[in-house]
Amino acid sequence: MKKFPTEQLKCWNEAKNLRKSYYENYLNAHEKGGVRWAGGAWSFSSIPAGLGEDVYSLTGEPYGATIAFFKDFTAKCHEATEAAGFPRTLCAYMRNYWGSILLDKYILADGKVIDEHPAPDFIWQDHICCSHGKWYQVARWLEEKKGKKVPMYCVDVSVGYPMDKPLEEYKINYIFQQLNDGVEWLEKVTGREYDDKLLCEAVWNEINATRLWADICTLNQAVPAPLDEKSMYSLYVMGTLMKHRPECVAFYEKLKAEVEDRVRRGIAAVANERFRVITDTQPPWGFLRIFREMEKYGVVSLGSLYTYGLIGMWKYRPDGTWATKDLPPRKPQTREEALRMIVEWTVDRPEWAHFYLPEAKTKMILSIVKQWKVDAVLLHYNRGCEGLSVHIAENRHGLVEAGVPVFPFEGNMGDEREFDLPGTLARLTTFFESMGLKKLRE
Amino acid sequence: MVEEIFQKFRDWIDNRHEYAKEWKEKTNRKIIGYFCTYVPEEILYAADILPVRILGSHEPPTVTEPYIFAMFCHLCRDSLAQGLKGKFDYLDGIVEGQSCLHLRQTFNAWRLHIPVDYAYYIYVPHSVQTPHATPYLTQELAKFKHSLEEWIGRKVTDSDLDRGIRTMNRNRELMRKIYEYRKLDNPKITGLEAMEMVLSSQMVDKEEHSKLVEQLLRELPNRKLNRNPGTRLMIIGSEDDDRIFMQNVENLGATFVIDEHCTGSRYLWNNVSPSEDRLGAIAERYVDRVPCPSKDWPEFTRVKHAVNLAQEFKAQGALVIQNKFCDPHGIEIPPLKEALKSIGVPIYPLEFDVTVPWGQFRTRVEAFLETLTGLEDLF
Repeated sequence: MKKFPTEQLKCWNEAKNLRKSYYENYLNAHEKGGVRWAGGAWSFSSIPAGLGEDVYSLTGEPYGATIAFFKDFTAKCHEATEAAGFPRTLCAYMRNYWGSILLDKYILADGKVIDEHPAPDFIWQDHICCSHGKWYQVARWLEEKKGKKVPMYCVDVSVGYPMDKPLEEYKINYIFQQLNDGVEWLEKVTGREYDDKLLCEAVWNEINATRLWADICTLNQAVPAPLDEKSMYSLYVMGTLMKHRPECVAFYEKLKAEVEDRVRRGIAAVANERFRVITDTQPPWGFLRIFREMEKYGVVSLGSLYTYGLIGMWKYRPDGTWATKDLPPRKPQTREEALRMIVEWTVDRPEWAHFYLPEAKTKMILSIVKQWKVDAVLLHYNRGCEGLSVHIAENRHGLVEAGVPVFPFEGNMGDEREFDLPGTLARLTTFFESMGLKKLRE
Repeated sequence: MVEEIFQKFRDWIDNRHEYAKEWKEKTNRKIIGYFCTYVPEEILYAADILPVRILGSHEPPTVTEPYIFAMFCHLCRDSLAQGLKGKFDYLDGIVEGQSCLHLRQTFNAWRLHIPVDYAYYIYVPHSVQTPHATPYLTQELAKFKHSLEEWIGRKVTDSDLDRGIRTMNRNRELMRKIYEYRKLDNPKITGLEAMEMVLSSQMVDKEEHSKLVEQLLRELPNRKLNRNPGTRLMIIGSEDDDRIFMQNVENLGATFVIDEHCTGSRYLWNNVSPSEDRLGAIAERYVDRVPCPSKDWPEFTRVKHAVNLAQEFKAQGALVIQNKFCDPHGIEIPPLKEALKSIGVPIYPLEFDVTVPWGQFRTRVEAFLETLTGLEDLF
């Protein structure tokens, strides 16, 4: 059987270091006279950037996922939130995050647990999922109980998705106006003067970073795939932590060059690649070994709409293919231009489509299936995230109707009590066998 | 006579589909089903359409699994089940006013799998605490009105909108007056009866309903309930139409003197303040109403409202109905508990699903009531 050459990614350590520094920078921001804020991975992070170069964020979902990876700490976080009276059916990231506040502990990227959860100076969030605004409302409430008053600003972006035509101007304006007010709010709560030039830079960085990530994902159309999804998790995460930062753009530029080189030289992520799958929604973070189990069957997971479109920005070309979204004609020059540009850019986010239109998500997945030469789709019915699981049963219908083999499995991205590893693996191997695959020699 | 009125509310609920079919035949007008109370019924009444709320049946779910992942709330699954089973086959259309992901999913599954002529989703803002919400919703409502006009083939005029606003305002105002009788030391109506009044208003023609509520208002002052009100309870939750649970709890020596959910006071607590800009006035009402927790951030205004209600209606304790998997409501339980505790009102949360395990709940509710009233009576 043919074996492809493999190589470790050269920028792997840089990715690890960037992520490590991110959590440390947030922790130590005050020592450097800096400001720290908390909010979701989808928040308009380029806006607080106008407060200065020393502004550090802690984005909630990646932090919740980091906690989930370290099962002992996760269990303690869940116990703490349940003891505080919160239902165990809530968003698992959110419960992890609150647990960290309740325990007054902070976890770094390498799993080191620090005493004292570093409270943010302000919360800057956006809201499309039912839990987004509520998450930080409670975080603020919990901080207040500890004696820290944290001001909160949350931008409502739930205006629908531009399926066939651009969103109406009044919808764009609604978000724009909230951001515009938000700039004044930031000045008020921090006492800092706002710098529009920094805002314009940050917006441009975000646009570039989210385009670059789409370019990198596009390279995975190659056979053999240069990247596997498990590795991509460590790479896409930069876009969820710091999509507006120059370090993110620089890292993605370097990564793109390296992946292009891998494609040129036929370097594979999985040496035995013979069956290509994609997944959907966040994985069960404590059980990433399922990807290694797949490799034993020669299966490579190329990514997912989640890994490609959570941060990456895409568009449909006139010929119907899915491709990186075009760069706006020029870098923004004023606050108004920058805010409007980032709103118009963001409302197209692929991972927002399914919140409203299951058909839109099915269409995107089918584009990936076709263009990335995918053999089957593994749908993670994720009990931990109602936002990304909404309409997932409809997506299953759409894929099955289109003739795509689908393997649905139930789990939880952040609560290991809701993932049955042996059961899932047993069903998964049966599925692969039904696809004609046999386990390769170890 | 009062008993007959309450019986009529009950009959309307029990025979809601028969009522709707007869109404349609009698009036030759359209009926629209809606899922959440963020749908502005004023505009539907203005268009001579009967809005009816789609709710579940509390029968074990058997048909929704292929369409909605089972970790979504029972209201959304049970509501869809009614559609899949053909119970709402008389509907001409469905409309949803953005509230939560769960009901949005029901709306979309209905749109995709159950034939209707018309399906419309109103993007009601999630942030009702921003000053930009009302102008934004006004434009959303204008778009909705335009879409309805295209569907029904006629203009909805200002005078139609005035009529729609009057119809809704009158009904809400009348029911609020009935709620005043719940404040009495010996309330004139039980929690179950109040629930049946509000629930039925979401199922039948408001004009007809209002006439009956008016009649009730005339006769209620003379009513003497032949029961000891017992412990004064509040019920708090999201959508709650479990009448058997209400009855069972009230049979344990308690009366629900007030509620905070969307099949109760949340539905009727504020009116449209008429103004020249009709759609703006309607938008303002839906932005300013007692919010669903899904829209209530960054401040906990609903929690404050619940505290006010508890004080005003002299509740001794509160049962919190947590519809399993409803994140916005579940998230608020600890802040709600703390706020109510601060005024001396303990809460007890119960997790609800499509069916309710009354055997277990009975023991737990009895124990809660004992903590409110002391144990002396037992020994």
